[in-house]
Amino acid sequence: MADNNVFLALQAVEEAKPMVEAIKQDNPNAIVENLPAMIKITAPQKLVVKADTMEELIGREWDPQELQLVLISLAGNVDEDYDHFTIYWDN
Amino acid sequence: MEVWRSWNINLYKGASIMTLDIKSVEIKPKRETFGHVARRIGEGKSASRYEEATYDLQSTTNFHYRPTYNPKYELYDQDKTAINMEDWYKLLDPRQYYYSNYVMTRAKQQEVAEQNFIFVEKRNLLTVMPEDIKKQILNSVLPLRHYEWGANMNNLQLVSEGYGSAITSACMFHAEDRLGNAQYITRIGLAISENDTEVLDDSKNIWLNDASWQPLRKAMEDSFVLEDWFELYMVQNVVMDAFIQPLFFNIYEQELNTKGGSAQGMMTEFITTWFEESSKWVDKIIQVAASESSENTEILTKWASKYIDIIEEATLPLANNLVDNPELVVSELKQNIIGRLNKNGLKL
Repeated sequence: MADNNVFLALQAVEEAKPMVEAIKQDNPNAIVENLPAMIKITAPQKLVVKADTMEELIGREWDPQELQLVLISLAGNVDEDYDHFTIYWDN
Repeated sequence: MEVWRSWNINLYKGASIMTLDIKSVEIKPKRETFGHVARRIGEGKSASRYEEATYDLQSTTNFHYRPTYNPKYELYDQDKTAINMEDWYKLLDPRQYYYSNYVMTRAKQQEVAEQNFIFVEKRNLLTVMPEDIKKQILNSVLPLRHYEWGANMNNLQLVSEGYGSAITSACMFHAEDRLGNAQYITRIGLAISENDTEVLDDSKNIWLNDASWQPLRKAMEDSFVLEDWFELYMVQNVVMDAFIQPLFFNIYEQELNTKGGSAQGMMTEFITTWFEESSKWVDKIIQVAASESSENTEILTKWASKYIDIIEEATLPLANNLVDNPELVVSELKQNIIGRLNKNGLKL
């Protein structure tokens, strides 16, 4: 099971807070760990950040590329488009 | 490995080999945020900067003396409006503006606007703009700087009279935006006139004396003396802007595009994006206030219908200066604002 996990590691900064909130809403399986200066979010197989959810939370348009600005590391294949940022494993 | 070992020996003469293990220790903060914020969002949750910079900042008790200029009320008093809210901090700003992200957002937009002015200048877009269009902008748009300044005053009045920092801080930002709008309009006038400041005196004269501007000026000056601050919010930020902004900065500019005046649209870019953005905030405030109680809905509906009629009449002569089919344009603007307000819970 552990082999199938994807994860996102984000800097623990103001901009990452709504992203974590959006991930929690859209990925009920995701586990959020607050580490020193870092937030690590792990989920089995797939993890998605939706622009719609983000926009609702922050009250403005959100470009999935903004995620890159607080991204430390990730595990998984990346599928990025104007309305979502997804990481997943194919197997 | 050998090198590493000798390094250690050199460093600590006579000591045995040392291993350094870097370990991170997680120190859990005792509190995630201030007590007053935690009581609102729940214990143990981390608050956003917006929440920390907004919730319960305004004093609510121990005012000691009533202000000499208006002893009917306390310094901050919920009774200054007919609208009732059980919790005034429900009137949150969907854009979540607090000082630093507000300033950063506007700075970015200003950079874009600056580029647009440079573009217009570099490509000599104003030299190719037809003279009659220039004249129309100077006579029929430039006086709007006085309208924007009035909107600045009105929003500062909201800051002073409103209740709860959720609404007052957003109104403060809105007031600053209006000053910015007035400055952009002024700058356009000066760009067109090649820095001849006489156009500003002329436009003031039009604002004060030209018949087509008087109904709007009257509506604006009447709004200065309103006592109920939420009513003022309705007049200025909801109704007046819903007619004036789209007319001058969307509909008119689209007509200009076909007449060789597209430079105007570039120079007002800030105002159009700002209006789109701030309308979301305006709509949210009305929606939250209306959903609080049927009494609120009733009062808001009464105000809205009263001011829509007044401003509709005040906009018509201005539309007449700008577009070919003023009646149609103004009635569409009216339908738009009625639709917006009904969507947010009013019954117009």
